[in-house]
Amino acid sequence: MKAADQKRLLREMIFYRRFEERCFEAYMERKIGGFLHLYSGQEAVATGVLETARCGHDYVITGYRDHVHAIKTGAPAREVMAELYGKETGSSRGRGGSMHVFDPTVNFMGGYALVGEPFPLAAGLALACKHKKTDQIAICFLGDGANNQGTFHETMNMAAVWHLPVLFVCENNQYAIGTRIDRSTAVVDQYKRMCAYNIPASQHDGQDIDIVMTAAKKAIDQVRAGKGPYFLEFLTYRLRGHSMSDKTITYRPKEEEQKWAERDPLKIYSDRLKKAGVIADADIKAMEKEVQDEIENDIVKFAEESADPRVEDLYKYVLDDNPDPRWIGPLQNAI
Amino acid sequence: MAELMYWEAIRRAHDEELANDPNVIVMGEDVGVVGGTYKATSGLYQKYGEQRIIDTPISENSFTGIGIGASMAGVRPIIEIMSINFALLALDTLVNAAAKIRYMSGGRVSCPIVMRTPGGTAHQLAAQHSARLARMFMSTAGLRVVTPRGPLDACGMLKSAVRCNDPVIVIEHERMYNLKEELPDHEFFRPLEGAEIVRRGTDITLIGYNYSVHLCLEAAKRLEKDGISAEVLDLRALKPLDRETIRRSVEKTHRVLVAEEDEAPVGVGSEIIATVIEDCFFALDAQPVRVHAADVPVPYAAALEHAAIPDVEDVYKGALKVMGKI
Repeated sequence: MKAADQKRLLREMIFYRRFEERCFEAYMERKIGGFLHLYSGQEAVATGVLETARCGHDYVITGYRDHVHAIKTGAPAREVMAELYGKETGSSRGRGGSMHVFDPTVNFMGGYALVGEPFPLAAGLALACKHKKTDQIAICFLGDGANNQGTFHETMNMAAVWHLPVLFVCENNQYAIGTRIDRSTAVVDQYKRMCAYNIPASQHDGQDIDIVMTAAKKAIDQVRAGKGPYFLEFLTYRLRGHSMSDKTITYRPKEEEQKWAERDPLKIYSDRLKKAGVIADADIKAMEKEVQDEIENDIVKFAEESADPRVEDLYKYVLDDNPDPRWIGPLQNAI
Repeated sequence: MAELMYWEAIRRAHDEELANDPNVIVMGEDVGVVGGTYKATSGLYQKYGEQRIIDTPISENSFTGIGIGASMAGVRPIIEIMSINFALLALDTLVNAAAKIRYMSGGRVSCPIVMRTPGGTAHQLAAQHSARLARMFMSTAGLRVVTPRGPLDACGMLKSAVRCNDPVIVIEHERMYNLKEELPDHEFFRPLEGAEIVRRGTDITLIGYNYSVHLCLEAAKRLEKDGISAEVLDLRALKPLDRETIRRSVEKTHRVLVAEEDEAPVGVGSEIIATVIEDCFFALDAQPVRVHAADVPVPYAAALEHAAIPDVEDVYKGALKVMGKI
């Protein structure tokens, strides 16, 4: 990979970290409502996998921890932030919020709050690609907790039987909200569960973006070549709680958190680039400053200054707002 | 004009829509090789192939979800769920996903799926194959719910449902698949909205939907012999509901009865009566009556099943009660 691309990737990850931390601040200021699930600590997974995919062309879908996936796929960060602020300019026009970012202009097909619900939706997107004979694939990002839903097994089975072009990315952060994986799951290594469905699967370090990209490239090439679904498991860790409402201290040992903090994906990658002479500390400082300025002076400003949705539009978007009367009617009665 | 049975009318709608748009697909248990439990997709697998007529495993939540996902990317799936009881397994994807995706994406993503399923009691199918559940879908914002009473609507409304950009739940009935009706030979569509006056009358409005329309029509014949002129209104669509036609009919007859095969609490009948009270309370000359199933799981034994489910006699007597004759 060229040095310019390496620098760009590092900057992207710094941006995502700062974006999420800025969301934390806005939440504390009560500018963001509802539930908020931050991605800090897991950046290498979405950044690495989507760097390897054809963003804007392939379909991407995920759970509620969706801001970074949406932005990396191509959703404007301004619009994602405006969505969190509940503004009309938001990705989902302020109707979805943090957990439901959508941007179909880049084929980002949403974040979902029902754990495991996106599995079949992803397979359906892949079915559409196959049906239309395009070279698109569908990529589904979900956590390890989702793998204990029935939809996981049902979807893997159908994806395999129908050879669907879908890549499942399991971001194994080892906790289903506050329940450690070995307390909830018989087989802790998630990739092993794929042997029941004859789906090729592998497990990798999710903190090292280079490893992520190498694994993702192999998987994506295979899926795009029409060889059916693929399952990638990345071992990762969230720096913060499941959402803003939990304290990790009740369920994660401090030593474990410290161990993983040392394996921060931003640190791993910046250390590597520094060692290779691609970047210096001063460049990283400058990058951080630039990102900070962009988020504050452009992205947050845009969200703050955007208008709220109009209350008159409450019923907009429930059903098609411009339906064809040939199909809808209504039927005419003479009484 | 040709006389078709209800299942044949559904089959014709599938065939025409599959021929019209290559993005229409059919999914469900045994819809392909077998041709559907009620024959509604018979012969289509042979005609359109396994890529478009997809036999699914018995995984209602996820195959429905796969259909919904495909619809988000421009495919138009007609999903058959073999019995409405099984649709309970697909509620997450229907209610949490299909019904909400348009809204929570700010109108940017739509889910043009059709989910067809038979709801209703037949012949001693017992509690887990006899549910109705229309009321549950009726209470979900973001869905359209239609209940074709006969072959004409079964064909014409299914075709409209396929073309429409919203998720549409089509509720059929086990006992209606062999009903016959004349259908035009040329292509036709029936709208997804609007109640229909299927019999004109002046003394009382009998409101039904799905199978209960037939109970109302039979009861109306008996009432006529008693000198009572009953108007029969088929709701056709439970969501969105045609409040205007209900109001106009009740303002004409001043009396109303709602017949449903489902249980009464929080049911379709409750909603219709509430609508009548809100929209035309002062037009009423008598207390409204709901005719409905007993609030029990549907029993197996024939005598018990019969006692649990409303029939023509129940509608007839209910109407006499509204008329103050009993």
